[in-house]
Amino acid sequence: MSMGWANPRNVAAVVAMLLFASACGATGGGAEGAGTEGTTGGGDPATLTIYSGRSEEFVAPLFEAFTQETGIPVDVRYGDSAELAATIMEEGENSPADVFFSQDAGTLGAVAAAGLLTPLDGAILERVDPRFRSAEGLWVGTSGRGRVAVYNTELVDPAELPGSILGFADPSWDGRLGLPPTNASFQAHVAAMLIAIGQDETRRFLDGLMENGVRFYADNASTTRAVAAGEIEVGLVNHYYKYEVEAEDGALPIANHYFETGDVGAFINAAGVGILATSPHADEARRFVDYVTGEPGQRFVAEHTWEYPIAAGYGPSVDIPPLSEFRGPDVDLSDLGARLPEALELLAEVGFV
Amino acid sequence: MTSAAPATLGRTAVTRSGRRRIPAPLLVTAVGVCALVASPLAYLVIRASEATHDSWSLILRDRTVWLTVRTLGLAAAVTVATVAVAIPLAWLAVRSDLPGRRVWATLFALPLVFPSYVGAFAILAALGPRGMLQRLLEGPFGIARLPDIGGFPGAFLALTLFTYPYVYLVAAAALRSFDPSLEEASRTLGMSRSATFRRVTLPLLRPSVAAGGLLVALYTVHDFGAVSMMRFPTFTHAIFLQYKAAFDRTPAAILSLMLVVVAVGVVLAERRASGRARYYRSGPGAGRPPRPVALGHWRWPAVAFSSSVVMLALVLPVCVLSYWLARGLAAGVPANLTIVAAGGSVLASAAGAVTTLVLALPVAILSARYPGRLASALRGVAYTGYALPGLVVALSLVFLTATYLHPLYQTLPLVAVAYVILFLPQAAEPLRGAVLQLNPRLEEAARVLGHDRLSTLRRVVLPLVSGPAAAALGLVFLTAMKELPATLLLRPTGFETLATRIWTSASAGLYSRAALPALLLLGLSAIPTWFLARRLEATGGPA
Repeated sequence: MSMGWANPRNVAAVVAMLLFASACGATGGGAEGAGTEGTTGGGDPATLTIYSGRSEEFVAPLFEAFTQETGIPVDVRYGDSAELAATIMEEGENSPADVFFSQDAGTLGAVAAAGLLTPLDGAILERVDPRFRSAEGLWVGTSGRGRVAVYNTELVDPAELPGSILGFADPSWDGRLGLPPTNASFQAHVAAMLIAIGQDETRRFLDGLMENGVRFYADNASTTRAVAAGEIEVGLVNHYYKYEVEAEDGALPIANHYFETGDVGAFINAAGVGILATSPHADEARRFVDYVTGEPGQRFVAEHTWEYPIAAGYGPSVDIPPLSEFRGPDVDLSDLGARLPEALELLAEVGFV
Repeated sequence: MTSAAPATLGRTAVTRSGRRRIPAPLLVTAVGVCALVASPLAYLVIRASEATHDSWSLILRDRTVWLTVRTLGLAAAVTVATVAVAIPLAWLAVRSDLPGRRVWATLFALPLVFPSYVGAFAILAALGPRGMLQRLLEGPFGIARLPDIGGFPGAFLALTLFTYPYVYLVAAAALRSFDPSLEEASRTLGMSRSATFRRVTLPLLRPSVAAGGLLVALYTVHDFGAVSMMRFPTFTHAIFLQYKAAFDRTPAAILSLMLVVVAVGVVLAERRASGRARYYRSGPGAGRPPRPVALGHWRWPAVAFSSSVVMLALVLPVCVLSYWLARGLAAGVPANLTIVAAGGSVLASAAGAVTTLVLALPVAILSARYPGRLASALRGVAYTGYALPGLVVALSLVFLTATYLHPLYQTLPLVAVAYVILFLPQAAEPLRGAVLQLNPRLEEAARVLGHDRLSTLRRVVLPLVSGPAAAALGLVFLTAMKELPATLLLRPTGFETLATRIWTSASAGLYSRAALPALLLLGLSAIPTWFLARRLEATGGPA
């Protein structure tokens, strides 16, 4: 009946030690200083706290380059875009974040609608097409993410692919389709459809997919891989997943099908950036937004990702249709957030989620 | 021995109903712990009170009822299946002469360490319509696709395979601590071995199995990873969608409160299942470990059963992860070796586990020793955090600390606090089971011999519950190692764990980069699992 490590004195000591160590570690990590550093520096720029919904796997080098070129250190907090948006809303005026860098316009729109973003400089906003920025100037797009149908080149004759996404509701596609219903990009697309073609037609389309036995996947990558494996023939995903998956898996028998210009399927969403109204480091934050929408940031998108650079004068890295031709329904991305609950409701009623 | 009761009660007051009054320090600490665990509820009530007519109409409809039924149905099915798998495994590992049972004892517990999203993903990759199994079968048998395992079967399979170790560990600990003289008496009295198992062993196991089953049921209720991978919408799934797609915190809060009500129902059901009987022995007992039972001609069926569980729950995910890793390395994807993240996992999980264990003790003693309305109310409250999805607890702590306790916000102590709220029952249940099996007369004897309450706790109770306490510590540690949503939102900026690394790569679609941190998580978790399993059979000795 030895007491061993369970001796309460040992336990208490361990607890105290761990709590102390973790408290030290946390302060050392700079989590607390965000609000005070601005006043202590004698000319040294303050550390910029960035909440990034963009994956560390893709954008970490961009932050490093920013610090190297501007001398502004950054603390990047990575997370899911929607969860970070919810976090910023819960933090309210106590948010340690200076900048919100998000995967999609919907989350930026939600934070903007909560009154938590501050207007950006006109010169920065002017760099991008009005369809990729907030009408009130509260956020600006940094890259474009187009919706496409990725198809298996061994199973599908490109000639039979419909010019409009609505064609996939046709019975000839029975048992051949897949998509990620809980993915934010897909849901934003449904919200865009609600705005562009209304609830009845959107519902008819979704019902048609349902009748065609559409298969559901957890995310864009697994949908794309299911197309490559021949589990389904066509998947509704973002345009760059073909390239991301092939970078990891090697060449696959898949290709992107782009819907006709103006079709509700040719929807293009934006990743973007906004500055928190509560940020005490407005100057540094502005320099970051300038950086990502300017030459270095746009060149980074062009060279290191398969997304669309969004500022005028930059082209994508791979052979995909130019942004000027990738034009879908006339939808204000800022409105997406407001229509998302309705989109979600519709997806639930139809049986997608 | 039985006649000594009134005298040994000493200063302990007896209320009119005959029940002993709860000592004030115990009551105060237990209530304090419960208040901490209930803090997310306060936040949820604040958010829910902002509800407009719209948010109510979103919730009060058939779909919500349908989600509740699905969630409870899945939880019931998974609980029954885990008990059916775990009890035989526990008996084989602790009480039989299964060949190599020391190794098996660890292997049986290991699937616990897979985050449910990783496990579900691996199952889909292996057993999906055009998965790895299909590719193996296509050559020799020409099978072009397998039936879809998504939906209920997939969610049921994944949750059963990756949560049965909760029941296994608790049941094995209980089996080990039994007094063998009870079973021996039964055998001497002419009962067959199976009748003894049915009429003596199983009833003795009841409280532990009920406790393990409760952990599994509530895990299923709050799980998001497996049900979203397998596309089986449950209540938690609906809550996540509200947060992630609609950015609307009010319906999510109302749904979360409803989930708490469901969880309280589950806890009450468990109370019935565990019964009100006494489980301690009144005599001195045999004081030695039971002799292993010879399996005889059942040996090979037992090995086959053990192997098939380990194949599905452990070997299969490891193979899938290794395959992704190898494929990525072959394609030139840089390996994702993250020692810093591994250190972060161990630090955060150890801090969380130790804090949880210490805070669980008063709740466990109170609910085991002073049964009554208050005790069961406090125990119910202690479970609310465990029933809530990690994201909900995390966002409530974001709000509460960012608003009222800013210095604590985004620090490691806050992560540890989140683990306490999320995992308290995993420590409280094994401790409660242990205290239930402890004869109160021992403490009374210590008091008579002049020890005060604290010294009795230290010198009598704690040593006797040290085995289950180790199990409790291990359970919380292993569960914290794989925790994602709260760690992601509450960690200090830049602090990484293996779970956050897995998420970083997997959410970017880079499975080969996610594979190495996942295998590291398994390897690191295997060490405490091995110690846990060793403790189970350490004193069993060779037959």
